[in-house]
Amino acid sequence: MSSPIQLQPDETFILNVGPQHPATHGVLRVKMEMNGEYIVDAETVIGYIHRMHEKMGEVKTYPQYLMNLSRMDYLGAMGYSHGHVLVVEKAAGIEVPERAEYIRAIMVELNRVASHLFWFGAFVMDLGGFSPLMYALQDREYILDMMEAVTGSRLTYCYFRFGGLYNDIDDDFISAARRFIPRMRKSLKKYHKLVTGNIIFHKRLEGIAPLTKEMCRKYGASSAVARGSGINFDVRKNEPYSVYPEFDFDVPVYHECDSLARYNVRMEEMEQSLRIIEQGLDKLPDGPIMPKKKPKLIKPPAGDYYQAVETARGSFGIRLVSDGTKTPYRLKLRSPTYSNMHLFDEACRGMMIMDALAFMGSLDLVIPEIDR
Amino acid sequence: MVAYFSEIYNGLISLFIGMGITFKEFFKPTVTVSYPYETLTMCERYRGHIELIENEDGNPNCIVCGLCQRACPSGCISLAGEKPEGEKKKVLTKYILDFTRCSLCGSCVESCNFNAIEYSKEYNLASTRKEDFIFDLLARLEDRNK
Repeated sequence: MSSPIQLQPDETFILNVGPQHPATHGVLRVKMEMNGEYIVDAETVIGYIHRMHEKMGEVKTYPQYLMNLSRMDYLGAMGYSHGHVLVVEKAAGIEVPERAEYIRAIMVELNRVASHLFWFGAFVMDLGGFSPLMYALQDREYILDMMEAVTGSRLTYCYFRFGGLYNDIDDDFISAARRFIPRMRKSLKKYHKLVTGNIIFHKRLEGIAPLTKEMCRKYGASSAVARGSGINFDVRKNEPYSVYPEFDFDVPVYHECDSLARYNVRMEEMEQSLRIIEQGLDKLPDGPIMPKKKPKLIKPPAGDYYQAVETARGSFGIRLVSDGTKTPYRLKLRSPTYSNMHLFDEACRGMMIMDALAFMGSLDLVIPEIDR
Repeated sequence: MVAYFSEIYNGLISLFIGMGITFKEFFKPTVTVSYPYETLTMCERYRGHIELIENEDGNPNCIVCGLCQRACPSGCISLAGEKPEGEKKKVLTKYILDFTRCSLCGSCVESCNFNAIEYSKEYNLASTRKEDFIFDLLARLEDRNK
């Protein structure tokens, strides 16, 4: 990256990006101190859509809070619900039937593909290419239709229950998922031809916004942001949960540290997710989707519980402190984008503004999840 | 020098490949629906707002136990019933759903043990007035029976 021109502090001006800006994909405001085209300093301002999800967790009973988690991240809602049900099951000691676990994994992975597809489209749109968004949404629509037929909703699924699922998948879903896998693989090839090979795309991303390993560690970055900087960390592999140890999949890691590496990680993650879905469908056992013995009123014994899951946006942690009553004493949500976003302030210093916006796109920010 | 020109050459090729893909897509069939003129039917399990279920006599199945009211995370449901003289069971007299606060989680339907409420398949619910979203489900049930 070329170094910025000699900075003259008296010539800087403040540029306000957002709260509503196409590049921020949500209500995020960035106050940028600019020197010409170069960013001297940036400050992200969050909290425009704060909805007190953590406080709601303390007031509502456990089943009543179920639907809140999917409202945190509107693109990868399943992953967040998964974390919540897992921590409550751990706390209350509820056994989950194997079939339910498999279906959960399939659903989470499908949702991850859908989320990455949307990110792919929106990211390329940030860089000025419109048509990939249309193709990505067409494939995403296929997943949403499939999931709608099972869960009853398209975006804010409230599908997981403590101990199992809301309802079972049917043969239609299985055959649709089986048809989807080759279709998606073909589409991925198309995307690579259309976008990954494109010269303009390469020039905009290669070597732009280098994030060092140390910086990722300092801010607690996860997902493709960390894996694009050479940190091989995936909760599904490092702290296995649910049925993930049963699946054979790789964690893509790139060492280039630039925006293109982050893009490559996500594109490869989609392929790995397809592999997991394929294996999940093959191994799907028969049986019930809800446990036989399930407590009517969920009252976990007093204690401190933690569960991390790998969502589409990174490692999502949920800490539950129970005092033995029917509402939690404290529910802390560690959202991945919150950590990923805070890199931005430091990393974009000295960058040109268009590069910074491309870099922001590569972080895959979902603002409702930051503000929660 | 060679690298410079080969980059230009490869760059141009990559642009033409991209254009070729969009050109092919141009001839593919339309996948969208022109909404107000064409609509989609909702799937079997679509979770819309709730609706009362009636029994053979045309009366609601609801026995006014109030479980749905208690299960609702947002307090959208308010219902009332009374016991007519000589009857053993309560009869539903009021069932109001405040759809402005409903987040369609379905806790009410799941909590119901008497098969009294179901999801409707309605999704064209846009309105400019807040009052349009306070549903009187009993009145809606009567309208359906007319």
